[in-house]
Formats: sequence, C-alpha cells, structure tokens
Amino acid sequence: MQAVADKQAEALVVEGLTRRFGALVAVDDVNLRVATGEKRAVLGANGAGKTTLFNMIAGDLPPSEGRILLAGEDITALSPQKRVLKGVRRTYQKSLVFGGLSVRDNLYVAVRGATGPRLTIWKRAEAQPDRAETDALAERVGLTDRLDVMASDLSHGEQRQLELGMALAHPPKLLLLDEPAAGLSSRERESLVEMLANLPRDLTLILIEHDLDIALKAVDYVSVMHNGRLLAEGTPAEISANQEIQDIYMGRHGK
Amino acid sequence: MRLIIPLAVVALVLVYPFVVNSFWLVQIGGRTLGFGTIVLSLVFLTAYTGMLSLAQMTVAGIGGYATAYFTAPTGGVGVLLPWPLALVLALGLATLAGLLIGLVAVRTRGIYTLMITLAVAMAFYYLTLQNYDIFNGFTGFNNADPPVVLGLDLGAPLPFFYLSAILAALCYAGVRHVVRTPFGLALQALRDEPDRVRALGYNVPLLRVLAFGLAGFIAGIGGILNLWLNASISPGSVALNPVIDVLMAGVLGGIGHPAGAYVGAFVFTVVDNFAIDFIARERFNTLIGLIFLAIVLFSPDGLTGLVRRVSTRWARAGRRDKGATRKTKDIGK
Repeated sequence: MQAVADKQAEALVVEGLTRRFGALVAVDDVNLRVATGEKRAVLGANGAGKTTLFNMIAGDLPPSEGRILLAGEDITALSPQKRVLKGVRRTYQKSLVFGGLSVRDNLYVAVRGATGPRLTIWKRAEAQPDRAETDALAERVGLTDRLDVMASDLSHGEQRQLELGMALAHPPKLLLLDEPAAGLSSRERESLVEMLANLPRDLTLILIEHDLDIALKAVDYVSVMHNGRLLAEGTPAEISANQEIQDIYMGRHGK
Repeated sequence: MRLIIPLAVVALVLVYPFVVNSFWLVQIGGRTLGFGTIVLSLVFLTAYTGMLSLAQMTVAGIGGYATAYFTAPTGGVGVLLPWPLALVLALGLATLAGLLIGLVAVRTRGIYTLMITLAVAMAFYYLTLQNYDIFNGFTGFNNADPPVVLGLDLGAPLPFFYLSAILAALCYAGVRHVVRTPFGLALQALRDEPDRVRALGYNVPLLRVLAFGLAGFIAGIGGILNLWLNASISPGSVALNPVIDVLMAGVLGGIGHPAGAYVGAFVFTVVDNFAIDFIARERFNTLIGLIFLAIVLFSPDGLTGLVRRVSTRWARAGRRDKGATRKTKDIGK
C-alpha cells in the first residue's frame, strides 16, 4: 500500500468504515483518502449515508466497523471533544447557533472550546486575552457589524455564516460542513462559495451538499455516495461528465 | 440609566430597617433574602442552563442541617465545632449534594429531571424524619443561632438583616459574574444547543454537573440563612411544601432573570404572612395557587418579565416620539 510519508500528507483516511442501524446498513465499507489542504465534496441523494459518515468522523456516532485516521493518527475511539482538540470541527444540517447569546459570545464560546480552559469562572469573558480572536472570525465570515446582535435575531443566511465562523475558531485542521448552503438564497450561496474559496490553504475541507453546482464550484475532488456505498470519485469535471451520477441527480433537480 | 435600578435597590435595603418594625425587618425582609437566595439557585439553573430542579430546598436543607449539627447539638445529636469550620463544612456538603444530584439529574431532560429531583427531595425528607443518629428525627435541631462575631450578635434583628442582605447581594453578583465568564457562556450555549456545544469541544455532562454544584453552593448559603432565621430545622423544612414553594416563588418572580428570585421570594413571603388576615389559613394554598395561575397565564416570565416588557414598551414609545420630532425637523429642511 502507501508509504508512511504519504500517510502523513493525508489529513484524513477512512478505512472500511461501516455503520449499521439494526438491519439497515447506513454506511457500508467506505474508504476515503483526503489530502491535507484538499477541498472535498461528498455528494449523494437523501439517505445515501453522508451525514452518518460525518457523524462517525466527528465522533458523534461510533462506527460498527472500520478505522478513522487523522493525519496518520487513529482517532476512531476518541470522544468528540478530544477530536475537536485535535482539529476536527463540524457544522450541522440545521442551523445550530446559541440564540440567547450575542454573535460575539457565540464566536467566543467556539474560541474557548477549541483552546480551553473551558471552566474559567474568575474573569469575565470581556477580560480574557483571547476575546479579541472573535473579531478576526467575524471578519472572515462577514459578520463584523453584527457582533453585538443576538444570534436569534440574525437572518437564516447570517446564522449559517455564524456557524461557519464558529467552526473556524482556532483554525481547524479538518472542517466538516454539512450542507452549508441549505436554505440560502442564490446571492447568499455565491458569497458562501467565495468564503469557502478564501479558507486557509492548509485547511482540509469536506462538505456535504445536495446542490451539485455549489459543490462542483467549491471543491477540488468529489466523492459520490449511494445507498451507503462509495459510488464514484473524481474531479468536478469528471463527475459532471459521468452519466450515471447525472441520472441520480436528474430526478432531484429535474432541470 | 442602567444603574438606576441597582442603586435604588441598594438604597432601599440600606434604609429599609429604619422605616419598618422588627416583624417586617426579620420575618419579611430577612426571610425574603434567605429564601430568595435558595430561589436564586433554582433561577440560575433554569435561566442559564435550561435545567429545572425540585431539589434546591433539599440542598439548602443539607446546608442548614449541617450547620445545626455542628453548631447546635440537640438531644445528644451533633458535634460542636468552631462556627467558621462548621460553615465551611456545611457549604462543602451542600455543594457536594448539588454535584451528586446533578450527576443523577443530567442524565434526564425536562419533566423527567423534575421527577428525579423530586424523588431525591422526598427521599431526603423521609431520611430526616426517620433517622435519629444524624438528623434527630421529627424534632430536628433547635437553638441554632448565628454566631457572635467580635461582640456583634449576628442574631439580633438589624445585624441579621444586613448579614442576609450582604450574602444575598454576593450571591446575586456572583451569579451575574459567573454567567459572563467562559464557563457561564458555555452554560448558556448548552441551554440553547447542547449538541453544538459538544461539537465545539466542551464536555456537556461535566458543565451541567458543575452548574448543579454551583447552584448547591448558593442554595447552601440560603439554607444557612433560613436556619438562623428560624433558629431551628426539622423535617418540615425540607418537606414537599417548602420544596414546591421554591419553584412557586421562582415562577412568580420570573425564572428568566436572577432578580426574579428575590422579587418572587418577597411576594411569596408577603402573601404567606398576610393571607391569614383576610382569608382563612387553610385557603392560603388556594390564594397562592390563583396568583401562580394568573402569572403563568398573563406573564409566563413572571413579575420581572412583566416589568421588563412594560419598560421596553415605554422605551420604544419614547424612541417613536423622538423619531417623530426628527421627521418634523427634516420636513422643515
């Protein structure tokens, strides 16, 4: 197989990953190799197993079989919190922001979560040295003038921006975005693609997307899942040209 | 502008002892502050972590029982210790009790948390009632008075009121401080979206258990004040009625803001003391029940919520007026 040096260059290796829910095999013997700094999309119809795959990589769900290596290190048995410290960050399909906190506090909770210490009760957040990191994060995702707004008062698009900003706290090594474009207007989608293009070069990105156009614009390489299995892999151009994959998507888009 | 209400409250507390008689000073004022601190521990849990507990009076009772056990042995039960050591032990035990209840409670959500904390509360009640070696059974402990410090008798009405006010103020300020620290922000974050907090690298069950521990510490302080106010503690202090009173007072005052704890405790104490003057004693629960119902129906966020909404409406009306004047000026230009 591959040399050890090669494995180091791979941000994420997934080997024989399988997850069963009773008789249902949601993810079936999936193998992935994602290079450091690569931007990868996982495509597939509803129920293809994409989110289950994410849940296993992020640690929210233990796999039935298989291994997950982060930069060559086996993280299969680590808790979600430990994986965050190793640089794995994820977002969810549904917007999950902290509605009762300001945008700045949302970002700050993310900064603290990634670096710790998380249980400080002696000094207020305003007096903490890492409080300023929230400014840079807000700028990255275009929320600079919304820092003092309650997260529950943000528009849906802004909430998605905020989620991305939270996931970028203390730069992750591996960023997992679960349908970042869900529910966004076409203008918001464009600025999302731009934001994704401006991510740091060494950040490895995997995104789940229903929208072929977004996925194909934002990534270097595409993995297509179908019924829990990896159906095909290739560059966006190859995937666009693949008739079998187009057929799977035709039904959904019906353009 | 923002300082007006806190300054008014401080002024009121300072002046209060000199305009009221000793009944109002101790039985209304002192009780409001001690009982309110127990309610504060519940409001802290509910407002900032989204968790409910019916065991806060129980934790307060553990603080009270421990203080009595170590400072006022009754009927051969108890060990006399110097009072500072007794208080440290009492607060430590209350915090520990909070942590242990938290360990059990964080495995459940919503109504099940209420059920399990209620079960803990009732188990403790029957323990105090039936155990004579530690809790002295039905009698409990008597003559548990506050200490005399440097010649100042903290049990005298005026010093006791100020002692209660200082401890209540410290607890209130402590809660307001903690919720702005990284720990407090994480608690509020998990109140809103626990899954997301985990995905950001936090240990969610640990945060929840620690919140229960902090609530236990606060309840312990309230429990000690409550003990000193009554000079005694017995199973009746941790029975079903007082356990529910904490929740009642919390909802009356408003479970979303720490100030609601003391507002609720005040209203509850006043009704508790004066209902008897115009209705029969056995109708007290009917009256407090009706008030409770009215609050839940018309202002689910309690009396503080009512005040907040009225003041925002005023502020908004004020802004509208200003906006209108500006527009008239603009027309002139």
